[in-house]
Amino acid sequence: MSAPFGRRLCEVSENRSSGGYRVFSLLDGVGPEPIAGQFYMLAAASDWAGEGGRAFLPRAISVAEVGPAAGGLRLDFLVEGVGPGTDRLCELRPGERVWLTGPLGNGFPAPREALVEAAGAILVGGGIGVAPLALLRRRLSERGVPLRVLLGFREEAHSGGLDLFCGAGGDLCPEVRLASEDGHAGHRGYVTDLLAALLAGDDAESAVVYSCGPPAMLEAVRLLCAERGVASQLALESPMACGFGACFGCAVPKSGGGYLRLCVDGPVLGGDEVEAVPVHA
Amino acid sequence: MLDFCGIELAHPVINASGTYDAIAARRVFGDELLDSFPFSAFVSKTITPEPRAGNAPRRIWETPAGMLNSIGLPNKGLEGFLAEDLPQLAELPVPLIVSVMATSREQFARLVAAVARRDEVAAIELNVSCPNVESGLIVGEQPDETEALARALRPLTEKPLIVKLTPNVADPAAVAVAAEEGGADAVSLINTLKGSAIDPGSGEPALPAGHGGLSGPAVRPVAVHQLRAVSAAVSIPRIGMGGICSGADAAEFLAAGASLVAVGTESFRDPRAGSRVAAELEAASLGSTEAQPVLDLD
Repeated sequence: MSAPFGRRLCEVSENRSSGGYRVFSLLDGVGPEPIAGQFYMLAAASDWAGEGGRAFLPRAISVAEVGPAAGGLRLDFLVEGVGPGTDRLCELRPGERVWLTGPLGNGFPAPREALVEAAGAILVGGGIGVAPLALLRRRLSERGVPLRVLLGFREEAHSGGLDLFCGAGGDLCPEVRLASEDGHAGHRGYVTDLLAALLAGDDAESAVVYSCGPPAMLEAVRLLCAERGVASQLALESPMACGFGACFGCAVPKSGGGYLRLCVDGPVLGGDEVEAVPVHA
Repeated sequence: MLDFCGIELAHPVINASGTYDAIAARRVFGDELLDSFPFSAFVSKTITPEPRAGNAPRRIWETPAGMLNSIGLPNKGLEGFLAEDLPQLAELPVPLIVSVMATSREQFARLVAAVARRDEVAAIELNVSCPNVESGLIVGEQPDETEALARALRPLTEKPLIVKLTPNVADPAAVAVAAEEGGADAVSLINTLKGSAIDPGSGEPALPAGHGGLSGPAVRPVAVHQLRAVSAAVSIPRIGMGGICSGADAAEFLAAGASLVAVGTESFRDPRAGSRVAAELEAASLGSTEAQPVLDLD
């Protein structure tokens, strides 16, 4: 389904902390419901360029959760302030307006679209990259797909979004397992340790691995899956000016040579479609 | 309707080459793109004789009020363009201007001849910000090279030839005069300004190429200044561009001597920026009872 042509103003309805991250919600009265893994280009309608003259370009942020709202959809975005653009998004106040374009890009394909004989899904998220997996987890769960969810964080200050993986009672969904490098939650170590253990099991080959996170983690996931012959669907990130194929800035090396434009060819790509997960992407 | 080199245009706002992929945009936004196409003419991304993959990332770097790019002209090459892209671009509801670049006069001639014979093409823009392999010099930085190129290509078509001027020269007006002498029908300016940034994290150049082209509102005063100089020197029409974000910005370029304006980087922030700029320009001209005064700031 096409995105509405152009950017539109959406009102911020909420901005709350979620661990070390923020979750803000926008009311979208126009757009179609996004697919998990799709993203929006976002820019605060006022005071976007702060001290130093940036941010100038909108920021590509994947949607973390979506729900009904009066007059449209509520879109939730998980953000960590790492520069002038994300810092400003973290500070959004309810009632403020945000320029939004989207939903953009290709989201995560259903397990049977990624692998004909798929029997289940393993979701692997790291850091702020857990965001698109929250919506994916809920959608797959509603469809009764057998699920394992592995989430990893560096340290407590750089973790959050777990409330997006909680059930109605506020408890973490039972299929979720955590890893942290500082040991503050779950397994002490990398989330890919948990994935390696799961993939060593007998039924791993019929699973589809869905992943989003920092480049080093994504590359480790890609290699683990490739070694084990497991299908992987990776949500990549790249500097991106436009989000609709105009700027050619978000190039990612394609397996076999050449480049993909992450905004229109991704951001979700099969592990076999990329040469490697680029460190700068 | 306004007339530009014999081409009828609905309004004076077109796109800058390389800043809008109408084929990709149609995939993203659907036919709503065609129903409210933002530009009165569409300028293609530059095509080269052979396919190019483009530069290795990183390709873009945000700067105050602008951005640096080092994209590297990815395109399907002449044959791929004619076979795959041109039929799709022909479905756009506006005249098509095709941008071409080559590293020799012979290759430029091959491109111009092949593109000009297609009925779907209204005009050709010559991207001369490239080296001539024989001289090693950037064509658009040398008045004599620019004049010789225009003179060599002129007999190949009756369709308008537009020379895209580089701002990275001491005297852009001299190059514009050379283009006019060589037989160009119009000039467009400015291309991006050469710039560099250092990644504070690594201490290395932010773009692997070491430098890129600066665009966005940061370059606008440079563009207006060069447009005024070029407008004073040539009588052929000028397409003005460089950081245009609004109707007021576009009016500045028209006042400085442009017949048409082009929107580039602003489309990245607002996919319908072309329509918005045209509407704001129209509203401003309806609101004023007399021509806007042109300030002489020299």
